[in-house]
Amino acid sequence: MADLRTDFIGIKSPNPFWLASAPPTDKKYNVERAFKAGWGGVVWKTLGEDPEIVNVNGPRYGAVHSNDRRLIALNNIELITDRPLEVNLREIAEVKKAFPDRAMVVSLMVPCEERNWTTIVKRVEETGCDGIELNFGCPHGMSERGMGSSVGQVPEYIEMVTRWCKAASRMPVIVKLTPNITDIRYPARAAKAGGADAVSLINTVSSIMSVDLDLFAPTPTIDGKGSHGGMCGPAVRPMALNMVAEIARDPATAGLPISGIGGITTWKDAAEFIALGAGNVQVCTAAMTYGFKIVEEMIDGLSAYMDGKGFRTIEDFRGRAVPNVTDWQYLNLNYVTKARIDQDLCIKCGRCHIACEDTSHQAITHLVDGQRHFEVIDEECVGCNLCVNVCPVDNCITMVELTEGVDPRTGRPIHREYANWTTHPNNPAAVNKVAAE
Amino acid sequence: MSSVLDALATVPAGTDVAAGRLSPDQYAKNFADMHDPLSRHEAVVESDRCYFCYDAPCQKACPTSIDIPLFIRKIGTGNVDGAAETIFSANILGGMCARVCPTETLCEEACVRNTAEDQPVRIGLLQRYATDHYMDGHDSYGTRKAPTGKRVAVVGAGPAGLAAAHALAVEGHDVTLFEARPKAGGLNEHGIAAYKAVDDFAQAEVDFVLSIGGITLEAGKALGRDVRLADLRRDHDAVFLGLGLQAVNALGLEGEGMLGVEDAVSWIETLRQAPDKAMVPVGRRVVVIGGGMTAVDAAVQAKKLGAEDVTMVYRRGQAQMNASAYEQEVAQVNGVKIVTFAAPAALHGANGVVTGVEFERTRDGLSGRLEGTGERFVLAADQVMKAIGQVFVPGPVAGETAEAVALEKGRIVVDAEGRTSLPKVWAGGDCVLGGEDLTVQAVEHGKIAARSIHAALMG
Repeated sequence: MADLRTDFIGIKSPNPFWLASAPPTDKKYNVERAFKAGWGGVVWKTLGEDPEIVNVNGPRYGAVHSNDRRLIALNNIELITDRPLEVNLREIAEVKKAFPDRAMVVSLMVPCEERNWTTIVKRVEETGCDGIELNFGCPHGMSERGMGSSVGQVPEYIEMVTRWCKAASRMPVIVKLTPNITDIRYPARAAKAGGADAVSLINTVSSIMSVDLDLFAPTPTIDGKGSHGGMCGPAVRPMALNMVAEIARDPATAGLPISGIGGITTWKDAAEFIALGAGNVQVCTAAMTYGFKIVEEMIDGLSAYMDGKGFRTIEDFRGRAVPNVTDWQYLNLNYVTKARIDQDLCIKCGRCHIACEDTSHQAITHLVDGQRHFEVIDEECVGCNLCVNVCPVDNCITMVELTEGVDPRTGRPIHREYANWTTHPNNPAAVNKVAAE
Repeated sequence: MSSVLDALATVPAGTDVAAGRLSPDQYAKNFADMHDPLSRHEAVVESDRCYFCYDAPCQKACPTSIDIPLFIRKIGTGNVDGAAETIFSANILGGMCARVCPTETLCEEACVRNTAEDQPVRIGLLQRYATDHYMDGHDSYGTRKAPTGKRVAVVGAGPAGLAAAHALAVEGHDVTLFEARPKAGGLNEHGIAAYKAVDDFAQAEVDFVLSIGGITLEAGKALGRDVRLADLRRDHDAVFLGLGLQAVNALGLEGEGMLGVEDAVSWIETLRQAPDKAMVPVGRRVVVIGGGMTAVDAAVQAKKLGAEDVTMVYRRGQAQMNASAYEQEVAQVNGVKIVTFAAPAALHGANGVVTGVEFERTRDGLSGRLEGTGERFVLAADQVMKAIGQVFVPGPVAGETAEAVALEKGRIVVDAEGRTSLPKVWAGGDCVLGGEDLTVQAVEHGKIAARSIHAALMG
């Protein structure tokens, strides 16, 4: 039986599944329900200074749905906690006391002055919580007041505030990053430079979820107007995975602990973040969609996966995929694949054909001997994988590596030795040119 | 209507054939819609199941070639009227076809989801969702072009005639639509099971089709009785014959004239036209002879009218029945017993009233021909319905030498465009050779003929 316990920058939790700082962690009632449901830890909804902020009284959430109303993405224009600081601090202390084995991290966001940060950090420390997370991520509302992502978009500010907090507290400090920037490595490096114990990412993505075509206003619409919100949910996961990988493989931040966030819905999503270096994961949208019970599936699924792979602890596979994340220029140009359609699985929908015919390389038949038949024409197939992706049947089309002979498309022999763009004859910057595909 | 009331009044004396076997609630429940229409949510979810296949097999399986993937995609994006327009542009009777088409042997049989998960996209119900939506908000489909001054006579206001009339009217021609019965609609109005087209849908659809304008309906005018083909040819630029089938095959047994022996098509027509289902007499024990859709429609409706025992008897096996496996299942779910490999051998009766049918068991002989086994059995019956196929009575188009259209195997011969052997005369629907006795096939015939007529008139 796999051991799911984690020790993330000294914060212990029974499993790697934490609830992210968000509405589900705004008060004692919710967090206690989460802990009873089995969550390993929470990052308490972001605290700010009194007087408490106010939220809109109209809709706060917008969504992108599939036709069967599955939630593909959610966004929100909710601000940080709108409850008095005193109430939150008291409840944090109470919950931590009642659930000492769970991770209790508190998210913070105050104006960018040392005194403000020092003051709140000291008060939070008195709750007995395990650590703090600096919210440099929220892209809506608070950013207009010089907080949230407006700090996270300036690496110098990140470093400065992180340093203040580290100096003011014995607690581990996690810096939560915004994805609303060009290169995630810069804010991560700044956090490390400021002494952060870890980074967590991603916060939400600036977004307009839809436009009401009757009102001609973005949704959610507040009295005829809308404001961009922060998007989360399954749709943002690929962006989050990339950003986590970028930090994990950046020599400047290699080894910096990462708490992975972004559309994690199942154990498998979590395992992917861990494989890219995350020491634990934070979940929000999935819980907001289905309730806290989903953690049971996550714990069981991850455990079964680890058992199947022979991984005893999270550390046994954490970061295993990082060495395989590389730059395009280092990809093996001698690796030649062709699509193969399993005729027994093919349902003859023809989507592979029309996708290839209309938009790619005219490499899939639709008629053979007058019969509806879909087959790859190796002479045309560039191995692009589009057909695999548009096929509605799992595993019906696969990419098969050519290991010998000649590529029927190029007429060139298959070379098994590795050769990449850096040495390719067509690369004007190549130094030692080597024949390659 | 008087003929309907007359038919309803003829309850054979001394038999166990009676009207009013059920309570009003039971009639209402039994003759309610066979399928609940899809709600908006159901339709959107179902539309998402469509893979938008390339060169879609469903579209190829549709006799009218409706662009099914496109209309389903339009439903999914909330463009429901647009979906209906896609349907109507190929099949103006798309509303009825959504209800009566044997989709399980047409579009839905071809759906690739069958291969993927044995469950096709519910194309028929999606089509109904779109067409109902459109018909709720529109009186008609299409826009008439400028009048051409050309006049076309369409004989028969069934699916073929309605489709031809609409298409010709759209092109700006003036159409006179002759119908022998008091009401237009053909088998949609008179021949199919009531629970397949509730709320007088057949008439609503006739109104929808005729509302395009330029079509004058002459109901109660029969070819050969009230109008003659020669006159129609003389007075019009073109004639389309969508005559349907006028008679049913006889059993060829003694006693077919006994009380209680009925022709299933007429019986269904009486039922369809009855102001109240409680007025329709039905036997306590009913035997339906035949294995097609009409047999199923008659048997199921007999059961729904309160018959205790309804048995459908077919001379071959279930696989050879014209009724699809799904239709057979509908019959069985409704309590109809299906007996196969038995051919009617004699009608039993007393005092001019039928009491039973004697059958001989059959088998597929070595030569492939059906043969009797010699074993016989009798099914007691108060009512016997004949549903062993309909026939075309060509009298009005074959009687006058100079005005006769060529026939083959008792049906009108037409070319690929629906042209008969007689100049200026086209034909389509069940009355032509190669017709499949399907509403949707008749619509296609009408559509193709109209296109040919238009080309001929404007050429």
